Amino acid sequence: MKTVFKRTDMLVDIPQHYCPGCTHGIAHRLVAESLEELGVGGKAVGVAPVGCAVFAYKYFNCDMHEAAHGRAPAVATGIKRSLPKNIVFTYQGDGDLASIGAAEIVHAAARNENITVIFINNAIYGMTGGQMAPTTLPNQVTTTSPYGRDVAHCGMPIKVSEMLATLDGPYYIERVALNNVKNIKNAKKAVKKAFQSQLENKGFSLIELVSTCPTNWGMTPIEALKWVDDNMIPYYPLGVFKDKGAE
Amino acid sequence: MTKQLMKGNEAIAEAAIQADCRHFFGYPITPQNQIPEYMSKRMPKVGGCFLQAESEIAAINMVYGAAGAGVRVMTSSSSPGIALKQEGISYIAGARLPAVIVNIVRGGPGLGGIQPAQSDYFQSTRGGGHGDYRTLVLAPSSVQEAVELTQEAFDLADIYRMPVMVLGDGMLGQMMEPVEFGTYKRREVPTKEWASTGTDDKREPNIINSLYIDPDDLEKENLDMLKTYDEITEKETRSETTNVDNCEILIVAYGTTARIVKNVIKMGEKNGVKIGLVRPITLWPFPSEEVAKYASQESTKIVVSVELSTGQMVDDVKIAVNGVKPVGFYGRTGGVVPLPEEIYENVVELAGGTK
Repeated sequence: MKTVFKRTDMLVDIPQHYCPGCTHGIAHRLVAESLEELGVGGKAVGVAPVGCAVFAYKYFNCDMHEAAHGRAPAVATGIKRSLPKNIVFTYQGDGDLASIGAAEIVHAAARNENITVIFINNAIYGMTGGQMAPTTLPNQVTTTSPYGRDVAHCGMPIKVSEMLATLDGPYYIERVALNNVKNIKNAKKAVKKAFQSQLENKGFSLIELVSTCPTNWGMTPIEALKWVDDNMIPYYPLGVFKDKGAE
Repeated sequence: MTKQLMKGNEAIAEAAIQADCRHFFGYPITPQNQIPEYMSKRMPKVGGCFLQAESEIAAINMVYGAAGAGVRVMTSSSSPGIALKQEGISYIAGARLPAVIVNIVRGGPGLGGIQPAQSDYFQSTRGGGHGDYRTLVLAPSSVQEAVELTQEAFDLADIYRMPVMVLGDGMLGQMMEPVEFGTYKRREVPTKEWASTGTDDKREPNIINSLYIDPDDLEKENLDMLKTYDEITEKETRSETTNVDNCEILIVAYGTTARIVKNVIKMGEKNGVKIGLVRPITLWPFPSEEVAKYASQESTKIVVSVELSTGQMVDDVKIAVNGVKPVGFYGRTGGVVPLPEEIYENVVELAGGTK
């Protein structure tokens, strides 16, 4: 019999804690498959965030660090500067990366730190129960913006990929989405390319994965996937924001 | 080896390099800037990495990453900057990682000042960050001792897998003294099988982590750490005594203050007042037994804690003395350094005046 599909060995075969319909599982798989296909699992050192992916260190089948909230890019910097031949990545959500860890991500990008950042943007704090994130859309209802995000009161969402692309430092920044097969295939290409560029010592890469949070959005998984098309992608357009390799 | 004249801060930085520290992450703050400056000059020459972080917070998290990757790593800062690092220090303690943190203390609270102080005693010895943990705190009182203790700090960190703090003050950091390297005899340290360096497809993943979601697991980890802290208290508590036998006034002072107190002892000798000194070298663990021993002797009328603060170490002195003798305090704070005469007059006054 011919094997046409197999679970990647770079994910530990244990149940994950993510909610049904959440796209973290897909994101994990894309990262794990990329590491496996590039043959760098044994060289990989990952950094898990604080947020829904806080237990990611149990799921990736490689050496891992658990970082304090927002500090993953600094932790990854410490690792990469100690182990320059290893493949170092962070996996961070929008609260972790774009709010409390805003300084760390900006400076890691500015230094063109040779790490790969997997950035999950689902416009909400998932783990703590659905509070407003720096990427929460205008008028979006969350548990701390119960009347909808009032931009006059708390400002506009942060477009991380666009913002970091204004820096001269970073090598590769792309935003992709995980809400349909076509987008997931593109996401896979972007994630793998990011790791490939690190392998070639090109420097900082960040892939923003527009993701869902059916539980805290108060939707079914299918509604959530559609909400990405109708609301997220219009605000967070997909595409390459920086690619020094293509310049 | 010949002696060379060096500033305390630079000597501490060179000592770290001599101890095979090849990674330094820091952020500018007075009065410790000569440490990162020296590192930025020296590290590239020895194949090491100096990186100026975007903040103290980033710097300590870089330390966390590098320590988890199994290298010898150090950061330095001064009081407000150390306060910012405390979350990271707590994570380093929780993840059982070896790292060296230098605090060249300045006056506080808040932005405080930039002159020498010892007002970070609480911050240093009470854990500093959140949670049930300790940091080993070494308090040199000369540039030579700062060199040796910095070197030993790396060994202690590796042996006990924990953050070790070298606590100086602006005076120690800024003054120049002759120093000799190579006087410290290295201790045996364990290998770092736990380090997260990539599995190389040869072992199960190593995970650097301080998260234990099950309270039973966390309690077990806390108790395991306590066992280490008890072992350190038993084996590593260190102090120096001067003129303590049959003294009337027993002073407890550390770092810069202890040096000034040595002049106070001489003034006492001239005036027929026998003053002794216990100088804690480890602030945590605190040399309670030494303090208790000389407090208990019949001749000792009073034990006085002398500090550059409004009274922080005095709490530990009281715990050590445990009521067997009165405990007094004298200190100047905010960056003011007292003259020996001033300390002498005040401790004699506390002891009930001269005979």
